[in-house]
Parts: sequence; C-alpha cells; structure tokens
Amino acid sequence: MSAFFHLIIFPGFLFLALSGMVAEFIDRKIYARLQNRVGPPWYQPLADFIKLLGKEDIIPAEANATMFKLMPLFALTAVVTSFIYIPMWKTDALYSFNGDIVAVLYLLTIPTLTFFIGGWYSTSLYARLGSVRSVTQLFAYEVPMFMSILAAALLANTWTFSEMTFFYSKHPFYWLFNLIGFGVSLIALLGKLEKAPFDIPEAETEIVAGSFTEYSGRLFAFFRLTIDIEMIVGASLIAAVFLPFGLTAKPFVGFIYYLLKILFIIGLLSLIRTVLARMRIDQMIDFCWRHLAPFALLQLVINLVLKGILY
Amino acid sequence: MHESHEHEKEFRIPIGPQHPALKEPMSFSVVLRGEKIIGVDLRLGYNHRGIEKACEERTYIQDVYLVERVCGICSHTHSSCFVQAVEELGKIETPKRALYIRTLIAELERIHSHFLWLGIAGHEIGFDTLLMYSWRDREIVMDILAQITGNRVNYGINTIGGVRRDISPEQAKDVLKGVATLEERTKYYIEIATQESTIIQRLSGVGVLSQEDALKLGAIGPTARASGIKRDIRKDDPYAAYSELSFDVITDTHCDVYGRTVVRLKELLESYKIIRQVLKNLPEGPITVKVPRKIPAGEAVSRCEAPRGEDVHYVKSNGTEKPERVKVRAPTLANIQAVKRMLQDRYLADMPIVVAAIDPCFSCTDRLVTIDETDSKHKDVMLWQDLTKYSVEYYREKGFDFSSLGSKLKKLDNI
Repeated sequence: MSAFFHLIIFPGFLFLALSGMVAEFIDRKIYARLQNRVGPPWYQPLADFIKLLGKEDIIPAEANATMFKLMPLFALTAVVTSFIYIPMWKTDALYSFNGDIVAVLYLLTIPTLTFFIGGWYSTSLYARLGSVRSVTQLFAYEVPMFMSILAAALLANTWTFSEMTFFYSKHPFYWLFNLIGFGVSLIALLGKLEKAPFDIPEAETEIVAGSFTEYSGRLFAFFRLTIDIEMIVGASLIAAVFLPFGLTAKPFVGFIYYLLKILFIIGLLSLIRTVLARMRIDQMIDFCWRHLAPFALLQLVINLVLKGILY
Repeated sequence: MHESHEHEKEFRIPIGPQHPALKEPMSFSVVLRGEKIIGVDLRLGYNHRGIEKACEERTYIQDVYLVERVCGICSHTHSSCFVQAVEELGKIETPKRALYIRTLIAELERIHSHFLWLGIAGHEIGFDTLLMYSWRDREIVMDILAQITGNRVNYGINTIGGVRRDISPEQAKDVLKGVATLEERTKYYIEIATQESTIIQRLSGVGVLSQEDALKLGAIGPTARASGIKRDIRKDDPYAAYSELSFDVITDTHCDVYGRTVVRLKELLESYKIIRQVLKNLPEGPITVKVPRKIPAGEAVSRCEAPRGEDVHYVKSNGTEKPERVKVRAPTLANIQAVKRMLQDRYLADMPIVVAAIDPCFSCTDRLVTIDETDSKHKDVMLWQDLTKYSVEYYREKGFDFSSLGSKLKKLDNI
C-alpha cells in the first residue's frame, strides 16, 4: 500500500505531473516577464492539458497507428520511472540499486527516442525532419551529459545516486569541484528538453512542430506532460548530482531546499532560452563536440586527479 | 556530418502556401538532400485581389484609398506614389507644407516597417525576445502615426493635391519625444545585432547575394544596399521634400542577411534625422489645393522608396474622372528572384530568415496576366527576348544605347 502511494501519488506520478505543470508555468512566466509580456495565469498548463484531453485524436491514415499511439505512453512511463531513483530532499532515493545512475540516464534517453519513433511513424515530412533532428541532436548532447554526471559519480566512487549524495553530504564542499560539470549538464539539459537555443527539432518557422506535427488531442497532451515532467526530473537529477547540500536537514527544511534548487535550475534554463537565438543543427553539433565535450572531459580528468589526491 | 548525407535521397518539402514561417501565402517547394537545399521553386498568386482593375472602376479620389490598401505596411508609400502620378498628369502644384507632411509620414512608416521587420527576423531565427522587444518599441511609432493621421495602418492622409490633416506644434513635440526614445532603442538593437554571438552565427554568411548578382537580378531597397549598391529613390529621383533634406544612403558590403539587418537598423537612424529636419523646417502655408475631378489625358510613372525598396506606379488617364489604367509594381516583385540565388546551397534552417530578409510582401505583389491565344487581334505575344530587343531599339531611337548592358554594368564598379 505504501509502495502504491509512493508510486502513484507522492512523490510519484501525481506529484510529478502537478509539479511538472507548475514548472512549465514558472518557465513560461519567467520567459514572458523577461520579454516584457504579462505571461500566462498559474492554471494555464493545467487548462491546456484538460483542453487537449477533450480534443479528438487524429491519427494520419498513412501512419502506423499502434506505434503512433504507444509512443506518448512510453515516453511518460520512462520519465516517471527514472524519477524514483533520484534522491530529492534526502540523501537516499525512493528506490535504489547498484548501477541506478546508468539506468536513469538510459531511461532519460527514451523520451527522445520516442519523439523520433513517433515522428517517424506519423509519416509527415515535417515530423520526419524533426525526428531526424531529434536523434542527431541526441548524439551531440548526450555524451557530454553522461561524462559530466559520471565524473561526479567517479569522485564519489559509486554507481548509485543514493551513495553519491551520501558521499557529497559527508564531504560538504566537494560539490564545488564539479562546477564545470554542472554547467555542461545544464546546457545538455536544454538540448534534452528541446528548448532554445537547442529547439532545433521543433523549430516552428522551419518544420512546423517537428515530431509533434501530426499529434493532437490526448496523445499530444501526454507528450507535453512528458516534457514538463522531464524538466522536473532533469532539474532534480542536476540538483542531486551537482548541488548536493541541505540533504541532511529536517524533512521539511530539506524539501524547501529542494524546491529552491529546482527553481534555480528552471530559472537558469528560462534565462538562457530568453537571451539566445536558435542554433542551426550543424552549429549545435559543432558546439557540443568542440566546446561541451572537451569541458566534460576536463571535468573527468579533474575528478580522476582529485581522486588520486583525496583518497 | 553533411558529407555522410550525400548518398541520401532527395525529397521535396512544401513551405507554404500555409506555413508558420510565412505571414502571407506564397509557395516555396524546396528540394532537400538531408538538411541541404538543392533547389527551390517559387510560386506566387494565392492572394490576387484585382486592385488594378478595381482602380479603373473608381474615380481618382476613391483610388487613393484603394491603392493605399495594396500593402498593410507600406500603405503610405503606395498612396503617395499614386497621388504623385496623378498630380503630374493634372499639372498640380502641391503645397510645400503638404510635401513635408508626406515625407514625415513616409519616414514614420519606414520606422514602423523596419521595427516590424526586426521582430520578424528575430522570430525566424528562434529569438522571440527580440520580437517582443522590437514590437513593443514599435508601438511608440504606431501611436505617433495614430495621433497624427487618426489611423495605425492605412493612414488616409494623402489626397490629390496635398494632405488631409495638418500637424500642430503639440503633435510635433510628441513626435520628437517619441523619436528620441526610439533612437535610443535603435542604438541598443544595433549593439545587440552586432555583438550577440548566436545572432551573428545565424545571420552572417547566410543568403549571400553578391553585388554582381544583385545588379543582374535587379534587387532593390535594403536588399540591394546591403550588397553595396547605392540605390535609393529618395536620393536618385527625389520626390516629396527629400531634395531639401540631408541624409545618407546606408550601404553595406557584407552581402548577407547580417548586412541587410545592419542596413535596416542604420536606416532607422537616418529616418530620425530626416524627421527632425522636417519638423524643424516645416514651411507655413496651405496643406492642399483644389483639384478638378477630371484629370487631363496622358500617362505618368511615379516612383517612391518604400521601406522594402522602389515602388512604381503607372497611371494612364483618358480625360475622364476615372483612370484608364493603373499599374502597381510592388517592391517585393523585384527582390523575389534574388531569393532563389540566396538559398542556393544553404540549409533548410536558413530558409525562413533568408526569405524574411528581403522583407517580403507577397500579397502586394500579386498581379494577374491572362494571355488569350485564341484572340486573333493579340496573336503576337512578346517573349522576354523580344521584349528586351524592343526596349533596346526603343531607347536607341531616343539616343540611349542599352545594348550589351551586362558588360557595361560590370565596368561601373563605383556604383
């Protein structure tokens, strides 16, 4: 019964869905205020979701209906599953096993793959171009992200998130060594969430809505919810790995710390997407391999050296 | 990465007539290999409104308002251009004050159009913050226009023989106040456009149109000026009050979208200069003269510099109160062929900004030509070659030699 409560209500699906919507609202509101606009009211993401649920699902006649319908569910399941292995306001996660870092990174790759498959099977030209762009982009940001997160794990000498956060709470200032990795994974997260300057797969003025061009109604609502939840999961992941302080505080205070960290990361993401123009896909890949990957490597080398010194 | 795409199949993707990148209907059928553009087919003609024919059915004074609706952005340019042609036909002396007010509105319109363009350019490269900022600032000039003319878009200030509304000293003060704010904002945008790295990455080297190509394809307006061609009707064939005002024609040698952005932004500063001079030297006197309803027979061509480039109107009168023929050549028509050249070997991601960089107005450009081959009277349809030959012959008789124009243009490297 307690497992059911954890998975479905708190901090499982329901909490995630609601906080994802709040995250979307905060992101949109900050974006709007920085652009000198009023921005949406607080219930806008929820209203959008409910409206989309009420709309008709249109599946293109040419599309593979099974794949088309399955992909939003796959995406949603993957992000929700990955969340239960990430420590949020305590040093240990809800569930944990040896090697869960790899599992979470793998689970977080699935949404992008579902965008690809969903876009590909909807057979629209725009969707196909968008899905190819999604995957091309995946190869560019995923490696720096993995490297920077694994560098942090390397210093803690573990394969699980819980042990990693435990290690960093025991050595309160070690997280400062990982600041380069923090920057790298923040930028990579922008790519994962397909937000400007990496919103290339859904560049409206070029390919309409990219992979989601043919999606409508409930299926589209679930894709959007996935992206919202991915924002929370991604921010929690970065907070757990790179900002691991305040985790030993009392539960309530720890929760406040957690919220502040998430807000800080979402705020940074909104700020970046406000001040930058969209890159071209070739520029994006150039940037990731020429600048982001070397920085991630540098972080890896630093942590290797540190490990030699500190142990 | 792109080399590995070479073996990929080519495919055709439709951009338009309905597409988020386009504000008006126009069809670009793009042949792609991977992300690379192999070829583009352009097709106009989705918004033909029959304005020229409608002009023939109305009186001159009604036509002023109809012609103003050719374009929603450069509406004042179109009505000025038409009014100038009619005034030339009727040998009407337009009062000085009216000419100054026309110039003022024309420059305010240029400001609003260039700000609008800046926002659209920002949106096309996925930089919505620029869109929001520049459109917010555009409201200042829209308010000024509404205050002076009573309207935000189709100002309705021109009439044959003058203008319909005078400008009061209080209004002039408000204009100067608005212009001061706008000048400050424009300097800020120039700073952003020339320093912000993602913008420069997306703009420079994109949509290249060499000076030679620009001449050959007949590019006009900011598009030509960004390719280093000093071509501006305000200077070349001064109309309204432009001959009495001092301003520079902005040119740039980048030849790409970045150059076009810089040209437009710097032109804004020139517009502020012009507005200040107009308000300072505004002559006293009447703003309009009485004009007879019937215009003497004859034909006239008039040119104006719209924010997008040269706008041409041709009016033929038969002595009645309605024109026999009105022909409008909107600036976009001259630039649209250059787009094809600019898109060669670019990526799909560059397509929206390259198209937007000529500041297109597709609906203004739409004209219809029917060639009825069954009609025995008009059997001899002139092809392009025949037409060129005819025009060369026509001018040779008048003492101008336009044969082998291409090689002569090449010699004029100081244009």
